[in-house]
Amino acid sequence: MSWPEFWIVVLRVLATFALLLLVTLINVWAERKILADMQSRLGPMRAGPWGILQTLADGLKLFFKEAVTPRRVEIGMYLLAPFLAVVPAFLIFMVVPWGKPFTIGEYEVALQGADLNIGLLFILAMSSLAVYSVVLAGWSSGSKYPLLGGVRATAQAISYEAAMGLAMVAVVMFSATQGEGGTLSLSELVERQAGTWGDVIPALEPALQFVPRWNVFPQIVAFIIFFIAIVAETNRAPFDLVEAEQEIVGFHTEYSGMRFAMFFLAEYVNIFSMSAIAATLFLGGWNGPTFEGSVPAIVSGILPTIWFLAKTYFLVFLFIWVRASLPRLRYDQLMQLGWKRLIPGALAWLVLSTAVISFRQFGPPWSM
Amino acid sequence: MVETILFVLAALAALAGAVTVVLARNPIYSAVGLLGTLFSVAILYVVQLAHLVAAVQVIVYAGAVMTLFLFVIMLIGVDKEENREETLPRQRFWVGSVAGVIVLFAAGVALFGDFAWVPAAGDPVDQEMTNGTVQAIAEPLFTDWVLAFEATALLLTIAAAGAIVLAQFRRKRV
Repeated sequence: MSWPEFWIVVLRVLATFALLLLVTLINVWAERKILADMQSRLGPMRAGPWGILQTLADGLKLFFKEAVTPRRVEIGMYLLAPFLAVVPAFLIFMVVPWGKPFTIGEYEVALQGADLNIGLLFILAMSSLAVYSVVLAGWSSGSKYPLLGGVRATAQAISYEAAMGLAMVAVVMFSATQGEGGTLSLSELVERQAGTWGDVIPALEPALQFVPRWNVFPQIVAFIIFFIAIVAETNRAPFDLVEAEQEIVGFHTEYSGMRFAMFFLAEYVNIFSMSAIAATLFLGGWNGPTFEGSVPAIVSGILPTIWFLAKTYFLVFLFIWVRASLPRLRYDQLMQLGWKRLIPGALAWLVLSTAVISFRQFGPPWSM
Repeated sequence: MVETILFVLAALAALAGAVTVVLARNPIYSAVGLLGTLFSVAILYVVQLAHLVAAVQVIVYAGAVMTLFLFVIMLIGVDKEENREETLPRQRFWVGSVAGVIVLFAAGVALFGDFAWVPAAGDPVDQEMTNGTVQAIAEPLFTDWVLAFEATALLLTIAAAGAIVLAQFRRKRV
């Protein structure tokens, strides 16, 4: 690896990190504003125009606040848990491509932290590591409410991860028919969603020529299951009984100041990166019209990033909308939805989708 | 150079985790140490360009160690330390001496034996061909070894079903 290549990698990672921090600042503000609008309130108004600096002010406040350490905590794990929450949250986004690759001189720059061949497995691995922060925080707090919250959260995360993984498998198998062999790399999954369905199905070209070739159209059931699962994975309403601040309280009850802020940061980073992954898998990632040739090159270079952000923010908006509309589930309802609806549903969809794919590839079974 | 630094860091972390597993008084710390060791070994796999093995290692063992955690919390209790009374007489002495002999034997082989180390990732490896090893592993697995693969899948299903049957049987008797 030569030096310019090395610096390109460093810049890619730093740019991805900076993007994540910036959108998190905006996300917290956007959630409060949108919730306020939906409830006929004003929301934050004082700090900056439309209160846009509110998150910054809150962050500063949390930073300077005393971090109280209760007497009965297991201090090592208690201090480690917030970091275990933040690190996987940032690492997950590193494999998501957030713009079209471009070339400077002889070097190609991919707008992505790292283009891993095993991208999707990396996401699953990191999200299974993220569970540890919750259970460790709950256990080490030395208090019964956080402990119960931690165990509850573990059960929830493990249950919904299965449905999330199965929905991913369906997409990967479908995507394998759209190019040369299967792939787990997110950048390749994005490239396979370029163009419109009209190019793929010539018989219906006039009707489909403006329908983009996104996986969401053939895989709509997988998309719905995936979206429900990621709402549960990020512990958001209506599945937020992990923290449930009003009644049953959660795993980070004994945390305050900056340590609490790290859990909070991890949650909002996770919302954005899970939305970004959903946009990448189902909504074509950064694909979109770039009007190449008719607009300056710089505009058509930035447009893919804008499409990516627009799709991701649409999903983030869905997250907030769901939070504003639905009441929290009871614990038994949560488990029933996970194990009796989502996982069997995802399995059935996987079998159906596989049957259709193999029928189209090999013909009816009696023809072999 | 980068490989060496990564190897030393990950190997030290793996050893530290392994020592924690044995020495920690509190079983939760042991479980965390185990997780640290397994994660560091996954980093070693990444250094060897075996990305798939690393990812599978983290996914599988993260779940397994989480199960250990819940066992500790539910069976031992939250803030009790391990009961260190020995029920088998002299077990520590016997296990310790057997392990010591094995370690000494391995050290002897490594130092004096004719021992070929596995080539490191720094050596010429066809990156395009292995390519994170997903395709490289999937192809033999689903062509030459598909019967063994499916038999393993069946075995795991039987184990899971067996666990459920045992749990149900127990519940009926009580």
